[in-house]
Amino acid sequence: MWIAILTLTVIALIAGLGLGFAARKLPSNSSELVERVNDLLPQTQCAQCGYPGCRPYAAAIVEDGEAINLCPPGGNDTVRRLADLLGRDEIPPLATGPAAPAVAVIDESLCIGCTYCRAACPVDAIVGAHQLMHTVIETECTGCELCLAPCPVDCITMRGS
Amino acid sequence: MAGPAATYDLGKLHGGLRLAARKSESTGLPIQSLPLPRQLILPIDQHVGDPAQPLVGIGERVLKGQVLAEPPGTLGAPVHAPSSGEVVAIEPWPVAGRHGDPAPCIVIECDGEDRAMESWEEPIPYAELPGDTVLQKILQGGIVGLGGAVYPTAQKLMQAVSCDLDYLILNGAECEPYISCDDMLMRERAHDIVSGARILLHALQLDCAYIVVESDKPEAIRQLAAAMTDAGDERLTLKQIPTIYPSGGEDQLVQLVTNREVPSGGLPTDIGCLVQNVGTAAAIHDWLQAGEPLISRITTITGDGIANPMNVRARIGTPLAEIAEFAGGYTEDARHLVIGGPMTGKSVSNDRVPLVKATNCILVMSALPANGPELPCIRCGECAAVCPVQLLPQQIFWYACADDEAQLREYGLIDCIECGCCDLVCPSHIPLTYDFRMAKARIRELADEKARAERARRRFEARNERRQREQSEREAELARQKAEARQAGPDAIAEILKRKRREDGD
Repeated sequence: MWIAILTLTVIALIAGLGLGFAARKLPSNSSELVERVNDLLPQTQCAQCGYPGCRPYAAAIVEDGEAINLCPPGGNDTVRRLADLLGRDEIPPLATGPAAPAVAVIDESLCIGCTYCRAACPVDAIVGAHQLMHTVIETECTGCELCLAPCPVDCITMRGS
Repeated sequence: MAGPAATYDLGKLHGGLRLAARKSESTGLPIQSLPLPRQLILPIDQHVGDPAQPLVGIGERVLKGQVLAEPPGTLGAPVHAPSSGEVVAIEPWPVAGRHGDPAPCIVIECDGEDRAMESWEEPIPYAELPGDTVLQKILQGGIVGLGGAVYPTAQKLMQAVSCDLDYLILNGAECEPYISCDDMLMRERAHDIVSGARILLHALQLDCAYIVVESDKPEAIRQLAAAMTDAGDERLTLKQIPTIYPSGGEDQLVQLVTNREVPSGGLPTDIGCLVQNVGTAAAIHDWLQAGEPLISRITTITGDGIANPMNVRARIGTPLAEIAEFAGGYTEDARHLVIGGPMTGKSVSNDRVPLVKATNCILVMSALPANGPELPCIRCGECAAVCPVQLLPQQIFWYACADDEAQLREYGLIDCIECGCCDLVCPSHIPLTYDFRMAKARIRELADEKARAERARRRFEARNERRQREQSEREAELARQKAEARQAGPDAIAEILKRKRREDGD
């Protein structure tokens, strides 16, 4: 019996030391994991999660253990996929985004050319120079609504695509 | 003299069904020519690819054979005026194949004179021209695949030229019940089909063509054999295949004739075969030998809702109502109008829709095949037994319900040819083909979404990089100015400040 106990103890010791060493010394694969989490996010770059884009949020989830239910455009599906990938519990999303995808549209007759919206767009989907009319590149707009607030003349509206 | 004997089937098709043909109703009469209608409605989007762009304006007088619209991109086919008259409108009109939604059409009020363009041409001596010149010529004829897929023929040929081809296969199988337009074409215009086949062989620089006909069309086989004897061209071979639905599917036909299997997601050209419909071959003959672009086609009007089922040759753009009227009108039982056959056709709600290049059959039925209430799948496996693509419809159905994209791809949903065999044998009356069509659309949607997300991600990352670069450039510039000032010393700074104050004071 003592032999059995001794054998098991030795095996446990070796395994424990090995795992401990691996955890400390081997490079963690967090950057790869961040990429995979980022792939599951909808890439609207809307910053509604409180981070300045999808990738920063992905990094926060992986490295700081941020909650996985902060992405309104992703909704339930994204939470489910993230929970699957990270082995966390499924929790309902805090808020859900717009049901239908939408794009921003600038009322060109009202635009004063202040460039505030251009600076706010996370995917460079607004073109226009200072004091000249701006317009949204419809195919590149992610519908994040980040350009709405900075506009001083409220000439940007969201329209279903 | 007896023609070349038709050899019997070689390869073997998995599954498939033997369906009641119901073709004899419409093959009693020779092909009838439809009188010129009063109005012709020509959709600008009658082919795979980009819709053609109109070249004519409202009020303009056009001649038969004049190009009305040209495709803007690399994939598409021009639309020609089927008769002479005046363009009275370019506006949305209900069309088939878009759930009856209106699509932009050019409407011509015919003047009844049917005057042709002056350049209504002499036969082109194609044999003296190089292959790619012939292909360019075919491109101008507005010819598209007349089997129903309406892929622009010239582009299909141009893509095939760069592949390593062994066989040209002319598809005269016409396996779907009720439809008999290719059968009648082969009976009455076998010589034109053979001529078209020889033009295709020349354009592709090939030396082996199979003309393939299902065994239930003995008269067509006889006529083709006679025409081939007259042509005396040894490159052509006539082949008979068993009458099994869907032997006329492009990939199925290739497998039956050559015993080669088209790879998943691939094309017949990947395994050295090019398939063209017999109607397309005849249209190529009409264009190159008689100068007539694709402005008319043979279509079958049949079903128990039509008084005199028949095949008619009608101008593209003729409203279906006029064709129905020519065929004796609707019977009292007529309830459903289907464009295409009973297996793959689409219901339309309106007979004002025009005949387009794709319309091979107009089916008027008293009742659609009775389908009981949908019941749960009992896993009997009948659908897998009949599937000609050897898919597992019951599994795909499962994953389609679960919206599981990865598994749908894994189980080859993309390869489903939507033949409808699984629907027909399902004891639970599950509309499998419909569900698969929806699932395919969903997969396409997801792929689009994914591509969009990927683009947004790249743009976001590029923007962040740019902002970082700008920030560091700004900092470097400030540091440089600071260092410059420090080097100049305190006296120089005081001097600059004094000057600045003076300037501000002015």
